[in-house]
Amino acid sequence: MGTESLLVLFFAGLFFAGAALIVSALIHPTSKNPQKKEPYECGIQTIGTSKIQFKIGYYLFALIFLLFDVELIFLYPWAVAIKDFGVIAFIEMFIFLVILLLGLVYAWKKGALKWV
Amino acid sequence: MIITALIIAISVITLFAVLGLVLVYMERKVAAFMQIRLGPMRVGPWGIAQTLADTVKLISKEDIIPNGADKFLFNLAPLMVTVIATLALAPLPFSDKWIIWDSNVGVFYVAAISSLTVISILTGGWASNNKYSLIGAMRSGAQIVSYELSVGLSLVAMVLLSGSLSFSDIVMTQQDAWWIFKGHLPAWIAFMVFIIASTAELNRNPFDLPEAESELTAGFHTEYSGMKFALFMLSEYINMFIVSAVAATLFLGGWMPLHFGQDNFFNHIMDYIPPLVWFAGKVFFIIFLIMWFRWTFPRLRIDQLLTLEWKYLLPISLINVLAAAWITVTGWHF
Repeated sequence: MGTESLLVLFFAGLFFAGAALIVSALIHPTSKNPQKKEPYECGIQTIGTSKIQFKIGYYLFALIFLLFDVELIFLYPWAVAIKDFGVIAFIEMFIFLVILLLGLVYAWKKGALKWV
Repeated sequence: MIITALIIAISVITLFAVLGLVLVYMERKVAAFMQIRLGPMRVGPWGIAQTLADTVKLISKEDIIPNGADKFLFNLAPLMVTVIATLALAPLPFSDKWIIWDSNVGVFYVAAISSLTVISILTGGWASNNKYSLIGAMRSGAQIVSYELSVGLSLVAMVLLSGSLSFSDIVMTQQDAWWIFKGHLPAWIAFMVFIIASTAELNRNPFDLPEAESELTAGFHTEYSGMKFALFMLSEYINMFIVSAVAATLFLGGWMPLHFGQDNFFNHIMDYIPPLVWFAGKVFFIIFLIMWFRWTFPRLRIDQLLTLEWKYLLPISLINVLAAAWITVTGWHF
């Protein structure tokens, strides 16, 4: 099948998950209890909210990831076409990758890869 | 047309159920034998119906939505993770005739779709309104996006060697020998980097920081119970199957029997084993490898985890891509 099989798979997955949840909702027991619905925290009373400011380190890595991910997308068409272009394609991509490696070295030296 | 669609839908749902049952059972048995015990033995002979009993238990469990949770996103996350796992199955060649979508961008498609998993994990973790879930989700986000780079780069190395993005074409290039045998050093390095990085992408030991049970209770799915938890679990195992199938197809020849050179006696004997058996054998070998890691390596710390990716795997796989490109250009592989 062609691209429309993706639509079929999408609905198959949705149906599978949905059916499982609906069947479960029909047969599972329910008991109301105010304590039960509290967010779990080692069994003691929940303190404060979870919608908080979070450690910046995670976002830093996400930013560097973005740079490399975009580069990765450029690599795919090059990888397929390299046999037709030969050594010249290799040299061009070599220069491109060296520039990117220098970017990684720069981030490394700046301390962006250090977990603090 | 509609009949084909129905057949695909039914077989995919069946595959989901069977894989879930088999892999959870396998996980338990592998774990048990590694620790010199028997594992589940009570339900059915050798406990083979244990996961079936567990499924019935999970279906009949109460579904709890914690106070302050974002109800819509909380319910959406398990649906999303299942749908993403289903979509990633599309371009995988199960045998020479069994392929749902014979796409010419299959490798790229799988890389793109499987990187969406992190969104559902972040959604579920954030919407739970639980601190453990939030920490687990954030860790998972940093981990999955980091290791995705190495996975992508080792995929590119194999695309370079085989010269195609289509899974069935890649399998056909391995008719004389699998890439692991004829790809020289770049294929070896790409295989190792791929296995390490995809173990991290699956959030499995030794990279299971997002759900580290001894520090975060259950990580991003702490607040999920019953069937929603089961869907998270199931899609984790399906993702494991997908990753192993990709590795088997790119490096170990997919459904291609073990061949050496062109038309000879050895190849003809190997052809008697059906392609589906070859495919399943390779996939389950890699799944076993990933399960083996779990009982061999201790869990990493988050800074060690990121150091491993950014200071070792990423430079190695970047240089590996260049090496693979050089081999392709000069035609050094067999």
